[in-house]
Amino acid sequence: MMNRIRPLDHLILILGTLFMVMPVVVAMMTSTHTAVEIHTGGLQLLPGNDGYETYHTVLTRQGGFTGQVTGARMVMNSLILGLGFAAGKIVLSMAAAYALVYFRFRFATLMFWVIFTTLLLPLEVRIMPSYQVMSQLGLLNSYTGLILPLLASATGTFYFRQFFKSIPDELLEAARIDGAGPVKFFIDVILPLSKTMMAAIFIIMFVYGWNQYLWPMLMTTDERFFTLMRGIKQILQVWVGSQIPDYNEAFALAVLALLPPVLVVVVFQRWFIKGLTESDK
Amino acid sequence: MTDATQTASGPIRRWIARATARPEPAKRVQFDRPLLPWLFLAPQLAVIFVFFYWPSAQAISSSFYIEDPFGFGATFVGFDNYTDALGSAEYRHIAGFTAMFTVLVTAFSLGIGLLLAVKADQVIRARSTYRTALISVYAIAPPVAGLIGMMLFDQHIGPFVKLAAWFGLDMKVGLNYFDTAFAMILVSVWKQVPYNFIFILSGLQSIPQSVREAALIDCKNGARRFFTAILPLLAPTAFFLLIINITYALFDTFAVIDVMVKDKAANNPITLVYKVYLDGFRGNDIGGSSAQSVILMLVVLVLTLVQFRWLERRVHYG
Repeated sequence: MMNRIRPLDHLILILGTLFMVMPVVVAMMTSTHTAVEIHTGGLQLLPGNDGYETYHTVLTRQGGFTGQVTGARMVMNSLILGLGFAAGKIVLSMAAAYALVYFRFRFATLMFWVIFTTLLLPLEVRIMPSYQVMSQLGLLNSYTGLILPLLASATGTFYFRQFFKSIPDELLEAARIDGAGPVKFFIDVILPLSKTMMAAIFIIMFVYGWNQYLWPMLMTTDERFFTLMRGIKQILQVWVGSQIPDYNEAFALAVLALLPPVLVVVVFQRWFIKGLTESDK
Repeated sequence: MTDATQTASGPIRRWIARATARPEPAKRVQFDRPLLPWLFLAPQLAVIFVFFYWPSAQAISSSFYIEDPFGFGATFVGFDNYTDALGSAEYRHIAGFTAMFTVLVTAFSLGIGLLLAVKADQVIRARSTYRTALISVYAIAPPVAGLIGMMLFDQHIGPFVKLAAWFGLDMKVGLNYFDTAFAMILVSVWKQVPYNFIFILSGLQSIPQSVREAALIDCKNGARRFFTAILPLLAPTAFFLLIINITYALFDTFAVIDVMVKDKAANNPITLVYKVYLDGFRGNDIGGSSAQSVILMLVVLVLTLVQFRWLERRVHYG
């Protein structure tokens, strides 16, 4: 049953995959043509000759109203957001999950509920008050303000709690017989065991942080803190009224914004799928 | 009498008992230190209190006030913000669109994801190629998907516009309500299919070979075998995905919508989350926006409770 070649199945799969992947290929190819070529010839399926120039312009030109932001700067900001968010998430959630799983203390159940209630409400439903809190704390237009509020959700803690619970109890018993305290046990046993899990969560969270849109858009009025996602909104806003829109630059920006997460996910596919499907259950 | 009161307060009492009782320990042996666990918890708790509980409480409290636009205090208005929102024809219209949008995006992205996953599960050759291709689309951010979508529906260069013109249709995404809605749904589905594909495929591959072979012996008809043997085994995954897809359509599509309507919400379809943002940040109607936030919070709350209930049932009978 399994080994027979099934032409119809492959046909459906190939068509479906093409439908899914085509827009990305078109975006990449079209970004290497000039705006005029695109305006007259439409979207492109083959690479053009002007890629270097377009990407060079997008990355280095001083854009925006204040001339303080380049594409390279936006790439850097997106990286800071993605990496900072992923690292912060792992530190916070590993520590919290360790406390919840490995300690006997009063109010442990209450703390469990306090933390996991955050899974109920996404940031989108409380953007207005979150923004007000940030401005009261003076954190608008700062990397701290960009990253910290996104950390206020328990997804990572949930993943690590599930993982810690699956670690055999015997390890702790053995460690205690050897006289290891909680901190030593964490560093010598839990950390090395969690490497794969940490990698998987780091990838998921990096993609999540890099792809953030709404929060960076609200938080950053100062163009020096613009991320690539914010730049995409920007480039579409100046669109209106131009004779021949800079299609090539818009596509180049889109490619810059999609390439890092796509590469990370494709290269670390195994970890990514493992982290995603095993921890959500 | 006593029995009735007991049943009525039963769930609540049980919940309180659960919340305050000594926890069922996650491990047989645990460390017994008074201070250390709090040190480990402190960073997470600090972030959660400042950026989750404080804003959420503010949303609830400011939903009962009308804030002076010039910042001279606020007036308590009770449930007026709620009745204003729910009573307005515009809000109900947007709620209607949100419901339709959510149903269509969920149905299509689940349906297509299921179809592709079932096919990928049946073939052996090139399965990982299909998966790699699809997973790369998963990693694309919604605003980037929106931008690419805008290009595909561009007045000058968009192939979809040309295709529509071929059928004699004049497609104006960003100007015409239905055209924009169509483009928004298509882009949102495109972005979500890979997620469903990954989960359903991994669900399918965890079905043991023995079960598949047994089903094959019992039922020769492929379609019937799928609906009677395979699909029920997928039910937990499917239900989990259903909830995830509904939340995706309600909230994560914000960026797609924002990119596609380009701040000109007047003639374009928008969802409830987008309206919260518009009223709060463009309209400076903090009370109204907060009330809408709270309404959405309740929707999410109900969805999540349904999910928990289902999971609980699965644990008992599954």
